[in-house]
Order: sequence, then C-alpha cells, then structure tokens
Amino acid sequence: MTAYLLKRIAVAIATLLLASMVVFAVLEILPGDPARLMLGMNASADQIELLRNQMGLNAPLALRYLHWAGGLLSLDFGRSYTYSVPVIDLVSERLAVSLPLALIALALSTIIAIPVGLFSASRRGRAGDTISMGAAQLGVAVPNFWFALMLIYVFAVWLRLVPAGGFPGWSAGVWPALKSLLLPAVALALPQAAILARVTRSALIEVLSEDYIRTARAKGLPYRAVLWRHALRNAMIPVLTILGLQFAFLLAGTIIIENVFYLPGLGRLVFQAITQRDLIVVESVVMLLVAAVIAVNLLVDLSYAVVDPRLRSRQ
Amino acid sequence: MKLWKTILAAAVLSLAAGTSAFAARTDLVIGIALEPPHLDPTAGAAAAIDEVLYANVFEGLTRIGPNGEVLPDLAESWTISDDGKVYTFKLHTGVKFHDGTDFDASDVKFSLDRARAENSVNAQKGLFAAIDKVDVVDPATVKVTLKNPQGSFLYNMGWGDAVIVAPESADTNKEKPIGTGPFKFQSWAKGSSITLVKSDNYWGTPASLDKAEFRIVPDAAAYVPALLSGDIQAFPFFDADSVAQVKDDPRFKVVIGATEGETILSINNKKPPFDKLQVRQAISYALDRKAIIDGASAGLGQPIGSHMSPANKDYVDLTGRYPHDVAKAKELLKEAGLENGFKATLKLPPPAYARLGGEIIASQLRDVGIDLEIIPVEWAQWLDQVFTKKDYDLTIVSHTEPNDIDIYSRKDYYFNYDNPAFDKVIADLGVTSDEAKRKELLGQAQKILADDAVVGFLYELPKVGVWDAKLQGLWENAPIQANDLTKVKWSD
Repeated sequence: MTAYLLKRIAVAIATLLLASMVVFAVLEILPGDPARLMLGMNASADQIELLRNQMGLNAPLALRYLHWAGGLLSLDFGRSYTYSVPVIDLVSERLAVSLPLALIALALSTIIAIPVGLFSASRRGRAGDTISMGAAQLGVAVPNFWFALMLIYVFAVWLRLVPAGGFPGWSAGVWPALKSLLLPAVALALPQAAILARVTRSALIEVLSEDYIRTARAKGLPYRAVLWRHALRNAMIPVLTILGLQFAFLLAGTIIIENVFYLPGLGRLVFQAITQRDLIVVESVVMLLVAAVIAVNLLVDLSYAVVDPRLRSRQ
Repeated sequence: MKLWKTILAAAVLSLAAGTSAFAARTDLVIGIALEPPHLDPTAGAAAAIDEVLYANVFEGLTRIGPNGEVLPDLAESWTISDDGKVYTFKLHTGVKFHDGTDFDASDVKFSLDRARAENSVNAQKGLFAAIDKVDVVDPATVKVTLKNPQGSFLYNMGWGDAVIVAPESADTNKEKPIGTGPFKFQSWAKGSSITLVKSDNYWGTPASLDKAEFRIVPDAAAYVPALLSGDIQAFPFFDADSVAQVKDDPRFKVVIGATEGETILSINNKKPPFDKLQVRQAISYALDRKAIIDGASAGLGQPIGSHMSPANKDYVDLTGRYPHDVAKAKELLKEAGLENGFKATLKLPPPAYARLGGEIIASQLRDVGIDLEIIPVEWAQWLDQVFTKKDYDLTIVSHTEPNDIDIYSRKDYYFNYDNPAFDKVIADLGVTSDEAKRKELLGQAQKILADDAVVGFLYELPKVGVWDAKLQGLWENAPIQANDLTKVKWSD
C-alpha cells in the first residue's frame, strides 16, 4: 500500500512539472500583449515598453519560467497583471464561491442519482425504469444555460424566492450567500445527476447478474438488502470514477452557469484572465486546477481500495 | 397593562415601517458588463473604470456634461491669456478628499505633473502633451502654461484620465480610490460588485442616492431576468438585441441615445489594392448602411458619412456622399483594373456589431465582386495583429473616444492613411480655440475623410439604456463612457 502510494505521488509530481512547462509555453505563444491591452489604443510605443518593463515582461523566457515555477514551489503565485494584487488572493476569493457551489451541486447530483439508478436497475425494463431513464436522457440533452434561465424565470422572476443572480459574499451572511448558490447548484447538478444515474444503473445491472447476487438471494437475503449491501457496493467503482471527474469539472468548467448567474467563480476568473492576457493568473489557476484534478484522482484511486477490500490486499 | 404596551409599540413600529416604505428609495443597483481591472482612472484605458468612478468618486478641473459640453468642476472659473497659452484656474475652496485631506492647487499641480511625467503610464498621455508647466499661484489658484495654444485643452482636462488625485493616495487608488466627488468608495467584491456610498463632506450639491452598487453582469442573457426580478434597477449600456423583451413593459424605460462610437469598416490604406482611391470608394458605394444597422444593431444607431457623431455640434451630414449603389461600385472597380474582383480578409473582434456586421458587409461586398474571408479574432489578437502590426486588409471596430477625428493624422496609425492636406487641417485645429473657426476646420476635416473614403463609415453606436421607470437623472447619451450618478434620484 505504501509503495503504491509513493508511486502514485511520484507520478503526480512528474505530471505537475510537465503541465507547468506546457501551460507556460502555450500561453507564451498566444498572440497579444498584456501591456497594450491595458493601455488601449491611444498609448504610444514608448509607454507600452515602459509598462512591459514594469511588469517584467521583457525578461528572457527561461528566466521568467524559472521565476514563476520557483514561486509556485513556495506557494507564491505571483501578482495579477490587470488587478495588480497577489494571484492567491484572487483565487481564494473565487474559491469561496466555486468550492461551495461545486460541493452543493455534487451532493445534489449524488442524492438524486444514486436512488434513481437503484430504482431503475431494480425495475429493469419496466415502466418505472423507462420513465426515469427517459427523464435522465432529457437531463443530459437539455442545455444547462437554458435550464438555468428557466429556473431563474420561475424561482427568481415569478416567485421571487431567490435572487436572479449575483453573489452577496459570505460576509452578507450564510443564508443569503447559500440562497444565491441554490439555483446555479440545481442547474449544474441536473445534467450531472442524469449522467450519474445512468452510470449507476448500468453498473448495478452488471453486478446484479453476477453469481454472488444469486447466491445471496438463494441464502434467503431480502432483495432490498442484496441491492444495498452487495450490489451497490460492488457497483461503486465506476460511480466513484465519474464523481471524481465531475468534481473537477464543477470546480472550473462552470463558466456558462457562472455567466448566466453572474457569479464570481473560478471559471469566470480564468476566462476573463485569458481575454485580458493576464497570463500569470491563467498560468497559476491552470496549475492549481491540474493539482486539484491530480489530487481528486488520487483520492478516487484510494477510495476504490476502501470500497473494495480485494484491491487493498492485492497491493 | 404590559400587553397593551406591547401592542402599542408594535403598532408604532409597523406604522414607522409603513411610512418609510413611502419615502423615495435612496439605493440603486446598476448592471455593468465589464469589471474594471482596477479603480484608478489615471492608469488604464479600460472604459469600465470611468463607468464606475467618473464624476461619482473622482473630479477634474473641468468635466464633460451629459451632452458632451465642458462644465466647470473643481475649477469654478478660469481665464485664458490673449495668446491662448496661459490658463489660470480659480479653484473651489473647502474641498476635501474622502480620506479627509484638503484639496488645493498643489494637488492639481501634482496630478497634472504626474500624468505627463516621463515614467507615467497614463493611457491618454496625449491629453497633457501641450502642457509646458503648471504653477501654484496660491492655494486656490493654479496657472497652466501651454507650449502652444490648444483649442481642446479645457475639454481634455474633463477626461477621466485627467482627474485630480492626492499625493497621499495616488499610489493606492487602484485598490482604494480616494477622490473629491459626491460618492466615496466603499467596497469591491472582485468579480461581483463595487459599492459607492454618499460622501458626507462633499463641497457641492450632495447626491440624492445614499448608496450605489455596480454589479458586474457579463452575459447579456442575464440582463432581462435581473431587471424583471428587481435585483438590478438599471442597465445604462443594455444589449440592443434584448430591447424587444422589455420595451412594452411599463415598469421600465428604454432610452436610446448616442455615443461617441464611430463604427467603421477600417481599411489598410497602404495595402494594395486598397491604396487606390477607386477601390475604397467602390467599397463605400457597396455598403448598405441601413441593412448593416438592422442586422448588427437591431435597427438602432444613426448612419454616418465621416468620423463624427451626429450628436456632435460640429457634425456635417455626409451620409449622401456614397449612397448604396452596386453599379457605381462595379464601375469604380473596373476603373481600378479590378473588373474581376479580388480577394481580401476581414478581421473581426468579439463585439456583436463587428461579428454580425462583418457577415453582412462580406455579403454586400461579394455583390460587387470583392470576396472576403472572415477571420474572427479576440481583442488581444486584434490589438496585436491589426492595431499594432497593421497586418490586416479590413476590420470593423467602433472608435469610442470622443472627438477623435485627429487619429487620421497620427503617424503610423493602423489606417496607414497619409494626407498632408488633412494633417494641415488637424494641425490648425490644434491651435485654434475660436468656436466658429473650429467648426469650419472640423467640417473640412470630415469632408476630406469622406472624399478620400479612408474607411467605410458605417454608423454611430447607439447607447441603449434600460432602467426602472421611476428612476431619474441617468444620462441619455454617452458623450464619454461614464455613469454619472450625481443627479440620479428615485421619483415617488
């Protein structure tokens, strides 16, 4: 187990290093000068040169990479070109929105998907299965920005239960902040839940045809107990894999939902930073996300071992 | 007895609550599309900075009014020497910055010297180029000496880039802006909103609003629900395509005004075949401005025939110079030896006016035999390839700076246009402050640009404002990009 863990960590570090080079190189190739973008169309060439020097953009490429990568090691992410504040401050402000949003959406999606998957699998081919899988198909097919707009019109414009968008900040109180994350979380959770329900169903159906399920039934265990205790646990591995992928997506891939609800999330920060050529922010956030994805994958791998004792003993 | 007291207290409380509901509101939430990168108008070109801070937090010697006129601001009056080179400004007294420090002539000197200093990164450094020296005469009088008379000097001092800042706070204005205006900065939740509150020690007429929050809403799809739910009460720069959804709703006012944004089909004047006058004129004849305005701007926006806003007092109507005439365009191309047409590229930046307008223009030019390849680009790419390196044939962009006809005389500007006669007019204009003479010269300038068909003049970008019908005092036009809240109030 320890050797396995060490190997996994070594791979993770190598991946991070490689990713840092790729990210840095790609963004350097990107056309567009951050200094020109900040000073606009009326600035002279001299002024732009002056600002480029001030921002440290005129140093050699390798030197700038080492400076940046060295900073990352000591958790110094540098300063944003456009906002001129430390990147870490920007990121932590955005994470205060994106992390709770991702967690709520993930929780919602799991709470919806697992029971639906179980229900469908246990009624395979019957009306209940057809209806719930039809609904799941719809959930996957409906574009989430449209669904989000519908939610806004019903709950914010007609019923006025929640705000139509925006984020008051956690300093405004836990409830107002949560309230503003509710609709976006639902909008994000629905398609994820639909996917997860389908994965849960097919994994369960596969497990349910295994011999040990028949044995369990034959020894007299009630169907419900077989489903929950034996089948679901064995079907968890594909479900956990999907959950891990979904979490990484929910953390940064939510730019569309963030735009519809004008939430100051991580996705929008990256998007804005790219259009403004705030390269240092893009580079640092992308690296942070790479690290997050690697960490989540590591966790998922470890959780396999938790749900499946066979994996534990084999390693 | 105790019960009665409680009931009485409750009744009084509810009455108080009831009456306060009838008093006019004093808070406002305004939607803006782009977040300012920082909050210092003297250190960046982003229009979003001025949209939040201009006239509200920061003030200049002069200011630009709702219709583009120059008004006194921190300078209550001024005199101009006979040779037009010395401006003596009489300043308001008793003015304080929001941090409590006093404003006087030394702050004016500091601000102007800072903006024109060698290491200054003021995005509009050209505004200060004519200044020779700034002298403090006494705390309430400042004397500005120019190298040469400059007709637009008072106007220039009204730009957001020329606002007066204090030496104590100049370096921290990006995060915590300190000005002299009727509103002071309260907080900035990055990515979300910027809040201003009324300043208690304002020197002039105090604002009616107690609190104004600028909320950042990047996606036009969110504008309408935000208005309908009441979360946001005003979008001074609304999305033209969404107007239909709110224009019949009596709860809202839709106000169509003019901007200083000349939307043009820019042409690389040095690149063959665009170096031929006939080719550029053929393009102008091929353009059907009405169809472009309908398709790219939901039918809003006035056609232009040269580089001047129809709302400007010096505007000359030249829209009849090149009427839509396909036969004439083809004839001109034939004269230029291009009867079989030619191929060219059209680089389009992200705004809807460019992307939508570009497709329409491509189809109109195809009718006269010019085959355009459309290349969508981001702003950063546009600034790099088109604006800086001049690597383009045609592009569409809105020039939103006010009174910027002089860009056509700038050396090495991306139009690659070079006409000594035009440069002469602009040079004369620079040293003329007589209104009638300026009007004459500006008229000439507009006419030369139209005759030379330097670019394809399309239309003036409209300012589409939508706000709560009870809200008063927001600007109808946008002579500069600002949201002046000093006169904004709720009617009962």
